[in-house]
Amino acid sequence: METLEAIKVTFFQECEELLGDLETGLLSLQAGEGDDETVNAVFRAVHSVKGGAGAFGLEALVRFAHTFETTLDKVRSGALKADEAVLKVMLRATDILADLVQAAKTDAVVDPHRIAESSEDLEAFWGGHDTAAPAAAAAGESEDWGFTPLAFAPVPSLAPAGPPRWTVWFKPSTATYAKGNDAVLLLRELARLGDCETVLDASSLPAFDVLDAEEAYLGWTITITTDEGEAAIREVFDFVSGDCEVRISGEVAAMPELPTLPILPPVMDLPPLALPSAQIPALVAVEPELRGATPADGPADLNPRDKTTKKEKEAAPSAAPTIRVDLERVDRLIDLVGELVINQAMLAQRVGEIDLTRASNVQLALESLEQLTREIQDSVMAIRAQPVKSVFQRMPRLVRETASMTGKQVKLVTEGEGTEVDKTVIERLSDPITHMLRNAIDHGLETPDERIAAGKVPEGTVRLSALHRSGRIVIEVSDDGKGINRQRVRELAVERGVIAPDQPLTDDEVDNLIFAPGFSTAKAVSDLSGRGVGLDVVKRSIQSLGGRISIASKAGQGSTFTMSLPLTLAVLDGMVVSVGEQTLIVPLAAIVETLKPKKSDIRRLGTGMLLAVRDAIVPLIDVGVALGWRSEPIDPTTGVVLLVECEVGGCAALMVDAIQGQRQVVIKSLEQNFQRVESIAAATILGDGRVALILDVDTVVGERRVEAEAGGSPRLALAS
Amino acid sequence: MLKILTIDDSRVMRQMLHATLSGAGHTAIQAADGQEGLETLSDAGHVDLIITDINMPRLDGFGFIEKARELPAHRATPILVLSTESSDEKKVRARTAGASGWIVKPFNSETLLRAVRRVTTG
Repeated sequence: METLEAIKVTFFQECEELLGDLETGLLSLQAGEGDDETVNAVFRAVHSVKGGAGAFGLEALVRFAHTFETTLDKVRSGALKADEAVLKVMLRATDILADLVQAAKTDAVVDPHRIAESSEDLEAFWGGHDTAAPAAAAAGESEDWGFTPLAFAPVPSLAPAGPPRWTVWFKPSTATYAKGNDAVLLLRELARLGDCETVLDASSLPAFDVLDAEEAYLGWTITITTDEGEAAIREVFDFVSGDCEVRISGEVAAMPELPTLPILPPVMDLPPLALPSAQIPALVAVEPELRGATPADGPADLNPRDKTTKKEKEAAPSAAPTIRVDLERVDRLIDLVGELVINQAMLAQRVGEIDLTRASNVQLALESLEQLTREIQDSVMAIRAQPVKSVFQRMPRLVRETASMTGKQVKLVTEGEGTEVDKTVIERLSDPITHMLRNAIDHGLETPDERIAAGKVPEGTVRLSALHRSGRIVIEVSDDGKGINRQRVRELAVERGVIAPDQPLTDDEVDNLIFAPGFSTAKAVSDLSGRGVGLDVVKRSIQSLGGRISIASKAGQGSTFTMSLPLTLAVLDGMVVSVGEQTLIVPLAAIVETLKPKKSDIRRLGTGMLLAVRDAIVPLIDVGVALGWRSEPIDPTTGVVLLVECEVGGCAALMVDAIQGQRQVVIKSLEQNFQRVESIAAATILGDGRVALILDVDTVVGERRVEAEAGGSPRLALAS
Repeated sequence: MLKILTIDDSRVMRQMLHATLSGAGHTAIQAADGQEGLETLSDAGHVDLIITDINMPRLDGFGFIEKARELPAHRATPILVLSTESSDEKKVRARTAGASGWIVKPFNSETLLRAVRRVTTG
């Protein structure tokens, strides 16, 4: 039995999806891409939020959703045109709706002024004051709105002096039966109200040979003694009163006026068809709309609704069937598959040790096992893969808010929303994207006046895109603003001691100074960038995920943030290397090339070494020394050099003793199982069961760069 | 003990219906829109009662009721409409499509079960 709390959880999950759909729909209408079905979907989203909210008695939410829904209904019916102004108000209302949902979730309160403002804006489109506002009703009888599973609230009896008697005359028609109603059930229901005396009227029953099984012939007169009152008796016939004859007359003994029952809900009242019941079958024959009334003679192709139904069906692509699974179960499965991969590798290694011929059955079976394992792993990872849409669709709101705070006009364009990435990565995309977008609007874009002065359109464009590139997901945020003011960045960097005054830097390197700790190019700390988190923190959090971030800029034309992350945090393609006695894994994504250095390419510089690689000179780092495993670097000509690319200082050369091979490894977090270790990103288990550490390339190179600069040896000075 | 098909595009509503109906000893099977409702009907065969929403993607409640009434097995299956809509126009439409009764959302379990009792032998 599901508890109310569990259902509430579903409600909030569903709200999140609905709000996403709502916003997406409105935005596509704004872009002129929507059609009638988009409007319908948008309407349904608000409608469903309202429905669920009503069930939980969330009055503020119901009331606002109702106003919103009414406005959407006007659009749906064509009474209101969804132009720019209307959509703008609706997007704003979407934000308020989202806030109300959030507030309901956390028992917080949304500023009533904001709600009122948005409601008034919505109402202004249709003159306001909906007479039949169910929201108003909600306020009045909220106790009935609550969902009370299984609560068979006893109908309070009104304890009159003596129970009155009622006479009910009831004769069903063919239509009554055709709609799935049954006279017997109604009689039974009536009997629940009190003692009944039922008399059958079979006077219109024809002779058996002319009897039509589908026809209604019988009627009943029921004398009932009950305390429940006329309303309760009427309610029994609510569903059928339009189709059949019901007459109720009371022997009003001790009760001149009938009390109304307090808990009877205003429901289940189908209004009469405004036709005497006897005419219905006749009418059916001439009016195809009424075909449903008598299934006995309903030709299917006469139905005018068929066309629209088919159209709706075609319009909506039929979604592949899905199931919902607890994330924990999937995580567990991924962990287990990780173990399976390790075990398979161990088995392969053991079998390799016992010297079997290459074509032996064991080897062959092992190979297919390996392939199968890899496929299982891919498939399992695919389960947890999700499109970045869920993150992207939260961004339009952020852009709107940032734009209004900075007084800028911004259009957000998103691309590649369907790009899939592991859920664990998705969850961590939101913060950096938020930051990059804020930065692009706050610092990148100009004010409308500045833009006009620069010969641009007043509205700036910010582009947010996602794509897969060489096994990683790349997120780009670009703007068409003024670009980075390099002169200013340089000055500030010198002022704040980030670089030496005479340090030669390329344009790219200057641009990327904005990621340096404590750096901010805004002259005054603005509302947005003053939130305590600088780009340096963003960069560090991305790096901790094995990602990179950089910025490229063109003066007057705008800037582009590029962030790349691994598709999953569960496995990693790594190069297995030896350093001293140890085995290390270097993430393959970081490695540009491997080479054997020649003696002539190596330059010594103070305590450090440099390596000439073609035209460039890069710092040469002995990994063993960097990790503190040995005090003296090995002779570079005996080792192997991995040319790595990282965020901090472009390229660097990592020196190791030997390369053992490449393999996919399952990442085991050190932080979770042990503690954070500087220069080590994580650990893994190798085929032979040994633990190997995964190198954190950026930290190793970054440290070295800091040392080099502290030692007063600007590494790039030699490059020229 | 009835076998009841519930059709609603809202997961919350389906869950609530399921909780209420199964709590009363019934078996509730679910569908997310009219189209799925029809498919479920053809898979599940006999059901004692159908409870359907109106506003749904793909095939709405009206369309569903009409289609269901065309199926010989469901010509006389009771169908209750469960909707936030309460306008007479919508109710007449539901009625002409072949609905047995109408319940306005949000419902409480008592209202729902009373309505169920009124159209079924359970």
